[in-house]
Amino acid sequence: MAFTAFSSQAAVEQAPRKRSFIALVLLLPGIAYLLLFFLAPLISLVITSFQAPDLYGDIGDYVTAFRWENYTDAIGEYWPLILRAFGFAVVATVLALVISYPIAYFIGVKARRWPLLQSLMLTLVIAPFFISFLLRTLAWKQIMSDEGPIVQFLKSVAILPSDGHLTGTTFSVIFGLTYNFIPFMTLPLYATLERLDVRYLEAGADLYASPWTTFRKVTIPLSMPGIVSGTLLTFIPAAGDYINASRDFLGSTSTAMVGNAIEANFLVLQNYPAAAALSIVLMAVILVIVGLYVRRAGTEDLI
Amino acid sequence: MAASTASFAESGADLELVGITKRFPGFTAIESLDLSIPAGSFFALLGPSGCGKTTTLRLVAGLEEPTAGQILIGGKDVTDTKPFQRPVNTVFQSYALFPHMTILENVAFGLRRRKLPDPVGKAHEALKLVELDHLASRRPAQLSGGQQQRVALARAIVNRPALLLLDEPLGALDLKLRRQMQLELKTIQTEVGLTFLHVTHDQEEAMTMADTVAVMNKGKIEQMGAPEQLYELPRTAFVANFLGQSNLFTGPVVSSTADAITVDVAGVPIVVPRTRAQRHAGEVAIGVRPEKLTLFTEAPAPAAGRNILGPGRVTDVSFSGVSTQYLIEVPGIGELVVFAQNMVFGPVATVGTEAWVSWNADHGFGLDDDPVDIPRSVLSPVGPGDSTESIAIQRRIALEEELEQA
Repeated sequence: MAFTAFSSQAAVEQAPRKRSFIALVLLLPGIAYLLLFFLAPLISLVITSFQAPDLYGDIGDYVTAFRWENYTDAIGEYWPLILRAFGFAVVATVLALVISYPIAYFIGVKARRWPLLQSLMLTLVIAPFFISFLLRTLAWKQIMSDEGPIVQFLKSVAILPSDGHLTGTTFSVIFGLTYNFIPFMTLPLYATLERLDVRYLEAGADLYASPWTTFRKVTIPLSMPGIVSGTLLTFIPAAGDYINASRDFLGSTSTAMVGNAIEANFLVLQNYPAAAALSIVLMAVILVIVGLYVRRAGTEDLI
Repeated sequence: MAASTASFAESGADLELVGITKRFPGFTAIESLDLSIPAGSFFALLGPSGCGKTTTLRLVAGLEEPTAGQILIGGKDVTDTKPFQRPVNTVFQSYALFPHMTILENVAFGLRRRKLPDPVGKAHEALKLVELDHLASRRPAQLSGGQQQRVALARAIVNRPALLLLDEPLGALDLKLRRQMQLELKTIQTEVGLTFLHVTHDQEEAMTMADTVAVMNKGKIEQMGAPEQLYELPRTAFVANFLGQSNLFTGPVVSSTADAITVDVAGVPIVVPRTRAQRHAGEVAIGVRPEKLTLFTEAPAPAAGRNILGPGRVTDVSFSGVSTQYLIEVPGIGELVVFAQNMVFGPVATVGTEAWVSWNADHGFGLDDDPVDIPRSVLSPVGPGDSTESIAIQRRIALEEELEQA
């Protein structure tokens, strides 16, 4: 009928392309940087991970070899730490998401009418960055110490047994990870939610979706880019983190993560091949998890 | 198409607004509005930007809460219910199609929420109704504006709402597509028998589509009725000029009989039927539509039942094919607009010609406004630069630009 006249799709025209040497020249510094500071160290790391101890040398002397047992040894010895690292990272990421989403939603959607409040709240989210990450983590150690007010209070209301601690527990490590990575979750979420068109939410309500259903079916899918980048920015560094779980900060030997094992092998045991092998394993596992996650989240469908 | 709609047999519901007031911080959008729309009718709310028509629509949809008053749909008070609980669907001005869903899922969204059987089948049927079923697996961004508009319509009517709200859904379309969509909307409304509440600032759109038009101004309904009734017998100066053009005059009533009143307009007696006049004594404003005027280049013989004004001078002639618009300056009265059908080849008078106008006294109308309240600019009909039509066009262009920027 009349409609058919308008149903033909306009052909998508390709923008004319031109070879540009300027683009190539502008890319050079970036490529050089990546070759020098990413690819070269990575190759060096792979070579190190296959090195064998020097039979006639000192402790810490290694020769180039193809000792793949470095990997099986490292995994055999440290698999609980690898699992714990990913377990802690997943829990911290989920907690950070649950805490950050309402904050980001409030700043990005609800506070749109008050730009001043918006910028003030954003500043508050970024504010922790003004103080060193190490100092802040140490401060939490102090706050959660046995003499600190939190432990005293929890003991007085008998939530914590009289010989209980907060520092050095799974709780304090996950708490530290969550706390330290929340801004990395909040900012990308805010960036997405700030552009969320509330007319879609009105359309959802108009089409019989309750606020909760509208949130699930419209808001969450539309904020998926923010959720994906926020979780990646939190999960990847959290999985490799060795500060929070360290004995000097919020952890103990029973909460050590793979990052602590890498640190100990490099700096204390001088077992460079083992540390390198662990680093490669950590990197490979993160790549696989992230790859599956991004495919699963289907961000390529989002416009 | 009728066969495909057979499975949805449900009639529209009537809508009633009782004493609705909506205040926003700093201004009142709607002032104690009463409105009743019978089931199955196509009702248009017509008015300039900022007159409160979109706010009225949002109140009915539940997207805004009234400050005072009641909203009844099908006799049921829905004032305190949430939008998702109301048997109402909206075709949004921006379409608001969910960008992350396919066209099919967009259309099936409402059905799935209500857990109706066979949402996919029904969605396909609705898409067939707007002839877009072949694009069901596309995403909204891959469709043209006109196609998106039809998807938005399908997404709303698939739910068979008791009341369908249309918020200037044709505003972003080009003129040709607009005309086509107007016809399609009207056809669909007749076929499915829903109650349509259409908000628009386009008087032609309102008049061609709606059974009943309500002209809204400054949060109030100025006049309501069938399009031809509103056009032929406007009650206020606002309606007389928002809906088409009018020649308006003021003067005191000098005599009145059982059938007619006579108004003294700058010394000329003008007769208006009593039934077509809102005020019957004192200073009154009266008017006549430009196409009701007949142009003479010689003084016409006075005849019973005809009003004559003149002589004046033709100040402007603009030829538009079907008709010619003449502007005639009559001393003491002002400029008159005359639309004359082109019965001969070309205009019958040129600029500077001495001219008279006459019209059947039955065609005049008397306004309800106090002449003092009518702005001067409205009283002497104005040149083509600020005719209502060109103002409407300018508004539409401004709106389109705004939409493009959004």
